[in-house]
Amino acid sequence: MSQHLSLAQYLTLAVNSISYGGLLFLLSAGFSLIFGLMRIPNLMHGSFFMLGAYFGVTFLARGINFWLAALLSAAAMAAIGALIERFLLRRLAGQELAQVLLTLGLSFVVADACLMIWTGDPWQPATPSGLQGALQVSGLFFPIFRLAVVAVAVVVAIALWLLVDWTRLGAMIRAGVDDAPIARVVGIKVSQLFTLIFALGAGLAAFGGVMGSPILSVYPGLDAEMLPVALIVVILGGTGSLLGALVGSFIIGFLYNYGQALFPDLAYVILFLPMVVVLVLRPQGLFGKVVP
Amino acid sequence: MTAIVVRRAAIAIAILLLLTLPLWASGSYYVNIASQILLFAVFALALNVLVGYGGLVSLGHAGLFAIAGYTAALMLENGFGHLVADLTALVVVLAAAAVFAVLALRATGIGFLMITLALGQIVWGVAYRWAGLTHGDNGVNVSSRPAPFGISLSGATSFYFATLVVFLTAVVAMALFVRSPFGASLRGTRDQARRMNALGYNVWLIRFVAFLFSGFWSGVAGLLFIYYTDFISPQTAQLQSSAEALLMVISGGSATLLGPIVGAGIVVIMKNVVSAYLERWNMALGIIFVFIITFMPEGLVPGSVRLSKLAWQSLCRRPPAPAPVEERAP
Repeated sequence: MSQHLSLAQYLTLAVNSISYGGLLFLLSAGFSLIFGLMRIPNLMHGSFFMLGAYFGVTFLARGINFWLAALLSAAAMAAIGALIERFLLRRLAGQELAQVLLTLGLSFVVADACLMIWTGDPWQPATPSGLQGALQVSGLFFPIFRLAVVAVAVVVAIALWLLVDWTRLGAMIRAGVDDAPIARVVGIKVSQLFTLIFALGAGLAAFGGVMGSPILSVYPGLDAEMLPVALIVVILGGTGSLLGALVGSFIIGFLYNYGQALFPDLAYVILFLPMVVVLVLRPQGLFGKVVP
Repeated sequence: MTAIVVRRAAIAIAILLLLTLPLWASGSYYVNIASQILLFAVFALALNVLVGYGGLVSLGHAGLFAIAGYTAALMLENGFGHLVADLTALVVVLAAAAVFAVLALRATGIGFLMITLALGQIVWGVAYRWAGLTHGDNGVNVSSRPAPFGISLSGATSFYFATLVVFLTAVVAMALFVRSPFGASLRGTRDQARRMNALGYNVWLIRFVAFLFSGFWSGVAGLLFIYYTDFISPQTAQLQSSAEALLMVISGGSATLLGPIVGAGIVVIMKNVVSAYLERWNMALGIIFVFIITFMPEGLVPGSVRLSKLAWQSLCRRPPAPAPVEERAP
């Protein structure tokens, strides 16, 4: 079953793994923050990724610039996320299970609506001009677009880190993650934070979806494929931890790509192994805190 | 007294109706729908053990359902007999349930739901990607139905009666389970896990055994399913299937014996009706899910009663407005 690869192929896989890890970080950073703050896994997160990607390819088909399309899609998704939080999830405040199941139900609606609007055929936008081709370093080729994805993920990671660790808003978010009731007592409007974080997470996922569309293409079922991956990244890294999401994303990025190449039949199972190990040895995740 | 009499009479009438169904249901189409409802009712009852009585919401039960189905279907394909294949499938599903339980019971509540979801996705991934074992998207055909005691189950009616026998066995098993001291202790772990622990109960073990019981009956339902459809594919293991089963449990009202059965009926009938007219079953499933969770969290039957009462009251006597609760504070 296992295949032998050359050194060059290993290196190409490494680049692919890092860029896939970058995409996963865009997806799972928001998932992790939502989970940390609202204490619910947002089962719509894969739908945000897919819907964002569909928005993106639609904008691209109208001839809009790639980066502008990604930002527009992120903004649209953030608005949709805010509406969902404010008008649906808020109604069920305090009932975590109902909130989770609500996001699950909505994910089915989104999936079917996408199938209706964008049909079952996959959409794969062209790699944006200027980022086509590959860098050649000592006989090895590195696709420029994948490097750009990594760069974007790093920028987003730094921006999020600055936001969460160095701003007043970030301090409020951290307070909410640590102890929402006490944060409310000291005057932080936690419900507004919920809406904000939900919108931010939705926007980031959509942005990741557009960034990923030239690599992964957009097709029905993409949501169901990305959601469990976000889930394992967050279980692995620890809920509510950005560092955990970052490290988890790259671990899963490598496992996914090398697994696909070496054990194609079992790639999906290999993906879940680290989650199983972490659950048994360290249930709170690599960088998670023990939630009382 | 009278309540018990009414209840017993209702049960007797229901059993009588189920026994005579092939006589008054015209055509094998309706008999097949009835078989489908009964087999999914077994599945919903199994899931209800965890969701309703254990307070542990699993989104991975389609995985267990599919493991039993796949094991039996693959063994039949390789020339094993029905008895051997089915028994092996049940042993395998018990083992899988044990693995699921050990991992998922590291957490409760939302964590439990996430882990079961991930485990269910692994099963789906194996069924879909490991084509050498499972034939991937093509699925596995089941060429024949078993013939217990020499009775062929290939017809709609005979299969219906076989399903009915299994269904009634499951109902009796569930009723005994719920009334047993073990059922009471499981409800105890749902309501007051810490107190149960302080009282000397092994909360983890109780949940573990409940998971095995639930997994076993999910496997039984999975076996009925492959014999009903003569086929199994990765679709059976996907998240939508787990969500459908959960919808059966919560739409009928969880933690009751009748709820999941009614829920299975509602969901199967809706699915067949919706699929007959439009191709949007997944959207309907999602909308119903959102609707029930937002407006009738207690289940469809009690929920509609409550909502219709509310509507009736607001129609009939609009004047005396309900006393504002906030002003009671001094």
